[in-house]
Amino acid sequence: MTAPAIRVEGLWKEYFIGGAQRPGQTLREALVDGFRAPLRRMRRGRRAAGDENRFWALSDVSFDVQPGEVVGIIGRNGAGKSTLLKVLSRITAPTRGRVEITGRIASLLEVGTGFHAELTGRENIRLNGAILGMSGGEVARKFDQIVAFSGVEKFIDTPVKRYSSGMYMRLAFAVAAHLEPEILVIDEVLAVGDAEFQRKCLGKISEIAGNGRTVLFVSHNMSAIRALCPSAVLLESGAVRLKGASADAIALYASMSRESAADIVETTNSSGPHFARVGLVRSQVDHGDTLLLNCRLASPQALRAAIEIEIHDDAGLAVIYASTAPMAGAEFDLGEGETSLTLKIGPLPLARGDYKIYLWLIKPWAEEYHRLSLPVPFTVAHSDPCGVGFDFQQSFGRGCVSVPISFETRA
Amino acid sequence: MAVRETTIIEPTQGWRCFNLRELWRYRELLWVLTERDIKVRYRQTVLGVAWAIIQPVLLMVVFSVFFGRLAKMPADGLPYSIFVFAGLLPWTFFANAVSSSAASLVGSANLVSKVYFPRLIIPLASVGGGLVDLGIATVVLLAMMLGYGLGWSVNLFAAPLLIAGVIFIALGVGVWLSALNVAYRDFRYVVPFLIQFWMFATPVVYPASLAPEQWRWLLFLNPMAGFVEGFRSAFLGRPFDWRAIGISLVAAFVVFVLGIVYFEKVERRFADII
Repeated sequence: MTAPAIRVEGLWKEYFIGGAQRPGQTLREALVDGFRAPLRRMRRGRRAAGDENRFWALSDVSFDVQPGEVVGIIGRNGAGKSTLLKVLSRITAPTRGRVEITGRIASLLEVGTGFHAELTGRENIRLNGAILGMSGGEVARKFDQIVAFSGVEKFIDTPVKRYSSGMYMRLAFAVAAHLEPEILVIDEVLAVGDAEFQRKCLGKISEIAGNGRTVLFVSHNMSAIRALCPSAVLLESGAVRLKGASADAIALYASMSRESAADIVETTNSSGPHFARVGLVRSQVDHGDTLLLNCRLASPQALRAAIEIEIHDDAGLAVIYASTAPMAGAEFDLGEGETSLTLKIGPLPLARGDYKIYLWLIKPWAEEYHRLSLPVPFTVAHSDPCGVGFDFQQSFGRGCVSVPISFETRA
Repeated sequence: MAVRETTIIEPTQGWRCFNLRELWRYRELLWVLTERDIKVRYRQTVLGVAWAIIQPVLLMVVFSVFFGRLAKMPADGLPYSIFVFAGLLPWTFFANAVSSSAASLVGSANLVSKVYFPRLIIPLASVGGGLVDLGIATVVLLAMMLGYGLGWSVNLFAAPLLIAGVIFIALGVGVWLSALNVAYRDFRYVVPFLIQFWMFATPVVYPASLAPEQWRWLLFLNPMAGFVEGFRSAFLGRPFDWRAIGISLVAAFVVFVLGIVYFEKVERRFADII
């Protein structure tokens, strides 16, 4: 039996909240610290006192990764994914526990680490290669491939500060893509760059994974995880919730994130008809899902009403408008007192990202009764409209609504 | 089957011994980073490498006017200009090396938090960059010596030893300060003062002979004092004060070891606190 490529045993990592320093350590103490090894035990004791300032980013994480396995690491923000990667990459030391890695490991938490703006593309390839752990000979051997892959041949002797951001990213990724470790640890480097760049990165990663190399891949992009990784580790609050087939881990992750969000209760006084309480059934959805919004409406008398909505993207731009009336021609009766209804919005063709819904209660064609004073936030967690592993993100800045597209060839 | 490389990651406990083998494995990175510092240093400057000459020469002019001409500072019987220039060369190298390595780790925060390599490489690389400047300025000094009719003596052969001593102490102090600077940015403000005070505690603008004979050894506890005096003796053909150089070498070594030990001790915390 072969040894696992990565064996993580009881890994703990502690951070101090509110900054960098260990509580109770002054500059003076630190200065003399070096000469006072015998006193350190006492200091440790005192350190343990500041409990409320500490938190465990990783608590008792254990798992094995077999050679050749491609494992996705998923979990919410703050679940410990980045900390785990940093420990595995030896950037930060664990507080307790042990990791054993068999084979040459390289980690890619970012592309273009150490790029210097004043240096030329050629010089930066050498620099970045050395930083990522390639030898000079290795970089020289792969130099032509790297340049060809990046597509910036013409500018290779130009300082990278004159590059467009796209060129810069392509060059940076080209160097990283030519790393040839036995074990590769990749953070969500794909979250940056445009769609084209993203596709290229994914392609390269699946090529690396297909070569029998061991890959650990952190991502928020579930379609990428599904496509690349047969198995996955799901982290929750610093602990392993599940290690198993990626389909199971993704399903569990999805059910975790679909807890209902807190309702919005209208607090400003309104004597006319108004929204009293509004809440989404699920505040996290995927592309193509329908939002269900429970509304409790209050009115001093019976009247005809309709609801208008606007959906704003993260930048505050209105991207969707809809109304039950006049647009959809569906008014409803509001009785005296309270009325409850569920508003169905969608299917939403939205990109991954955060959105807000603004709501109006109106008398169709005539007047506004009430505008809900707070918007209702929701998140589109995955957006892969055609199920091909494409991750459509709001942050691309290329719009956040997608529509079906197709073509017909003509003779 | 080839032996697989195995990496063990564990919590750091107490003092770690200095991992020379690890450093050796990353020697190429040290070289590449040093090269980067040298290349970047004078990019997009009109005068380029000439700055390596202009800086000490201008300082020499200022000091010659104020200390040599106006304050009539003794110079062990030498022309004050060349006396002060010979002192300024090792001093300028030292001052630049210490201030750039002290700032180096914080300046490379993106590296420290994204990639693993022995962190020691960062301050080491920033000391190396100044050697080129020192080399260029030394050529100027050699030319000046001919200009003043001083000639070159066999003493010059001691120069590499003295430079090595200066490098050691610059590394020790720079590495130490770089680590402290990560946790306490106060040191960003401390370093310029430290260097200024240190310069006046070192016989750069005045000769060591200015200090009374029986107290002179105190002056040489500052390792830079022995090296600056020694450097002058090497170039200006005066007898060496080997006792002073000896004390300085020992002190430099102690500072170097302390600096590295402190650095190694806190190294693994850098990414968390930078």
